[in-house]
Amino acid sequence: MIKVKIDGKEYRVKPGITILQVARENDIYIPTLCDDPRLEPYGGCRLCIVQIKGMPRPVTACTTPVTDGMEITTTNEYIEGLRKTIVELILSDHPNDCMVCEKAGDCSLQELAYFYGIRTNPYYGERRRYTTKDNNPFIERDMEKCILCGKCVRVCSEVQGVGAIEIAYRGFTAKVTPPFEKDLNCEFCGQCVSICPTGALMGKSSLGKGRQKDVKKIETVCPYCGCGCNMTLHVLRNEVIRVSSRPDNFHEGWLCVKGRFGFEFINSPDRLKRPLIRVKPRDKNSKELPVPDLNDFREASWDEALDLIANKLREIKDKYGPDAIAGLSSARCTNEENYIFQKFFRAVIGTNNIDHCARY
Amino acid sequence: MAGLATVFGSGAMTNSIPEIENNDLLFVIGSNTKENHPIIALRMIQAVRKGAKLIIADPRRVPLVRFAHLWLQHKPGTDVALLNSIAHVIVKEGLIKKEFIETHTEGFNEEFLKNLEEYTPEAGERITGVPKEKIIEAARLYAKAERAGIYYTMGITQHSHGTDNVFAIANLALLTGNLGKESAGVNPLRGQNNVQGSTDMGCSPNTYPGYQKVTIPAIKKKFEDLWGVRLPEKEGLTASEMLFEAEAGRLKAMYIMGENPVLSDPDTGHTVKALKELEFLVVQDIFLSETAAIADVVLPATCFAEKDGTFTNTERRVQRIRKAVAPPGEAKDDIWIINEISRRLGYNMNYAHPEEIWNEIGMAWPAVAGITYSRLERGGIQWPCPTIDHPGTPYLFKGGFPRGKGAFTVIKYKPSCEEPDLDYPFILTTGRMLFQYHTGTMTRRVKAIEALYHEPYVEINPEDALDLGIRNGDTVKVSSRRGSIVLKAMVTKRPERGVVFIPFHFREAAANMLTNSKALDPLCKIPELKVTTVNIEKFKED
Repeated sequence: MIKVKIDGKEYRVKPGITILQVARENDIYIPTLCDDPRLEPYGGCRLCIVQIKGMPRPVTACTTPVTDGMEITTTNEYIEGLRKTIVELILSDHPNDCMVCEKAGDCSLQELAYFYGIRTNPYYGERRRYTTKDNNPFIERDMEKCILCGKCVRVCSEVQGVGAIEIAYRGFTAKVTPPFEKDLNCEFCGQCVSICPTGALMGKSSLGKGRQKDVKKIETVCPYCGCGCNMTLHVLRNEVIRVSSRPDNFHEGWLCVKGRFGFEFINSPDRLKRPLIRVKPRDKNSKELPVPDLNDFREASWDEALDLIANKLREIKDKYGPDAIAGLSSARCTNEENYIFQKFFRAVIGTNNIDHCARY
Repeated sequence: MAGLATVFGSGAMTNSIPEIENNDLLFVIGSNTKENHPIIALRMIQAVRKGAKLIIADPRRVPLVRFAHLWLQHKPGTDVALLNSIAHVIVKEGLIKKEFIETHTEGFNEEFLKNLEEYTPEAGERITGVPKEKIIEAARLYAKAERAGIYYTMGITQHSHGTDNVFAIANLALLTGNLGKESAGVNPLRGQNNVQGSTDMGCSPNTYPGYQKVTIPAIKKKFEDLWGVRLPEKEGLTASEMLFEAEAGRLKAMYIMGENPVLSDPDTGHTVKALKELEFLVVQDIFLSETAAIADVVLPATCFAEKDGTFTNTERRVQRIRKAVAPPGEAKDDIWIINEISRRLGYNMNYAHPEEIWNEIGMAWPAVAGITYSRLERGGIQWPCPTIDHPGTPYLFKGGFPRGKGAFTVIKYKPSCEEPDLDYPFILTTGRMLFQYHTGTMTRRVKAIEALYHEPYVEINPEDALDLGIRNGDTVKVSSRRGSIVLKAMVTKRPERGVVFIPFHFREAAANMLTNSKALDPLCKIPELKVTTVNIEKFKED
């Protein structure tokens, strides 16, 4: 362990970690737009600058490892002045259309503008104008809102191992783009969307569905594969409008395309809404793949459907014995549902004819 | 799962997902992890970034191969030959962990060693098509690693010798002592959100919740006391057997909750015929699936976002799901429905909330007795967790195996049920792709996914395509002994010559029209979905 002094207070810390890591561990606020603890340090946005005793110029906290006896100042008028200027410069080339921006209320840049009380633009000049639309169906890419923090580029390469995007061109014309400025064509995991500090990257299926106000957040688990990723459902007026995942869970908040963008089925008009009873007899001779058709059924009340099932099951059990009945349970249902389903077959029907598709 | 339960005494992932990052060697066999378990693949990539070696054995050039140090492209169905020849090299070069074998295992005897003798790397190369140098290298890399993890999925299990494949994998881990410690083990990755849970909960014909055998009288007695009724004596039918019994007219009624076997089971024609033979079929689902389409009664159920409960993920982590929205129309959750039918049949369940059921599960199965809903509020817990102050178990077998000692198994290579011939010269292997999920009931209702990936396709090697006069994007007819489907050809180097791949998500060209329902593993009755012989021809409109 080594000793460092931050804003006059002494801390004992592990050698080799960065100033920003020490600050985070000790709940000392240092603003940043380009850092994420799950990515390699980058030093792009320069907002995390701090002063170190004995060094002539401020250094970035995210890329500077602590050394024994280091004395660090994280905030004073000089540093905050520099930080405010950095935010003003970013905002001078930003649409500043927070009123209609999807990200409002959840935007790191908006928060910093608020924090530094920035109302006017002292650096009026040319602004980047990008008119071409990316037509991929998953991710809205508005590069006028991009602050070039590079998080999307790094998460795509470091975490996802894909490298679908890079920062192309230099200086004022620099921009994040897929190769040859084509439409994005990748795994569409949306890791970039989840990590973007501004409204530059948004999920297309969530656009216009609602921002932060009145959104309820419910912690649950993904319904697709067996990874069991934790996800947060953003619900507005009984509709899931967005899915996110917290970085502090066992999979560090990363999701895949199905988990992040595959929730639309919940509200599908095709959902079954009432019990159905068959009216058209089955064509026993056809081995063809059946075509689902609601016209083969009529709607029924729950009481009618449940009575019918109970009567038929009782009748078949009485006539052929309980082993003439079998149940297939589901790897999609909960533990509790699976438990009572097998209990139903064993204790109520009286057979061990119960299985599920784990075998497949 | 039956395989692992036999040799270790427990059938589940031995390690947890965060541990993957600290493997120094990963051996991924029969798993397209990047597409089917995307988030686990991210951990594998992190491990490689931290210096781990990655070996992949797969007949297809799956996306994770890009990160691999060694790729063994074996012919579908030759896993035992590959694994045995790796074991052969480990034994021959003296790379076994003697101390581990002596204290923790049984069955490491003459017979076991004699059986391995014939699986020389040369023999391995002959059967699998993998160059012997690569087999030797894989053996050395695996045996010399400190913390080696094996990861497999359906590419290993969906064979007529699926449990043999699992035994052969377990042998490797036992030979090298890669068990019972952090970041080393044998890890079947489960394909659906709650496959682990539905097996745990005893939705199988031979076990009650917690893998307790229905044929052991003391256990039957315990459940009779818990549920207050007499319980049946004999084991029930497996899913595949149910369909054969239905087809034969002996099984009269089925109740299917949240599954779509018409698309997901092998040999669609057989599945459809069998289900149509039933006197009475109830299907409970969230959509009118292909299976619901032939039901007598269809009940509208709730989806994951509309109910409370728990899922258990592939690493045995029990986690809470929570109701976020109200169900559509009159859709009801499965628990209410089963309560109601049960009551009508004279047995009162009356569970008011899933938590009551979970508490009963804790009474039935001691391994989860320490997991409660209030504890789950602070995050998931991995079973075994027997008491309320137990932290849960990230990796298994720390102090030894549940069955006492880990067992070596003598395994012989058996060819798959169907082998290529003049009429059906190609091997078809089926699986999933990243964007669609299973039978597509959910993902095919997501517009963005459908916009890009709505079309069924068959992957064909460029050389095969050239021979057949097929170009990328051509419409082709793929036929097996059971049926044929028409779909687009995707000419790609992913499969080797002689092997084709079709994802089974698409009803328009359902891959399972082609697969075989009669080739079952003798032990666990899993069908051979990964090896079907087929013929391919350019499609001509009649």
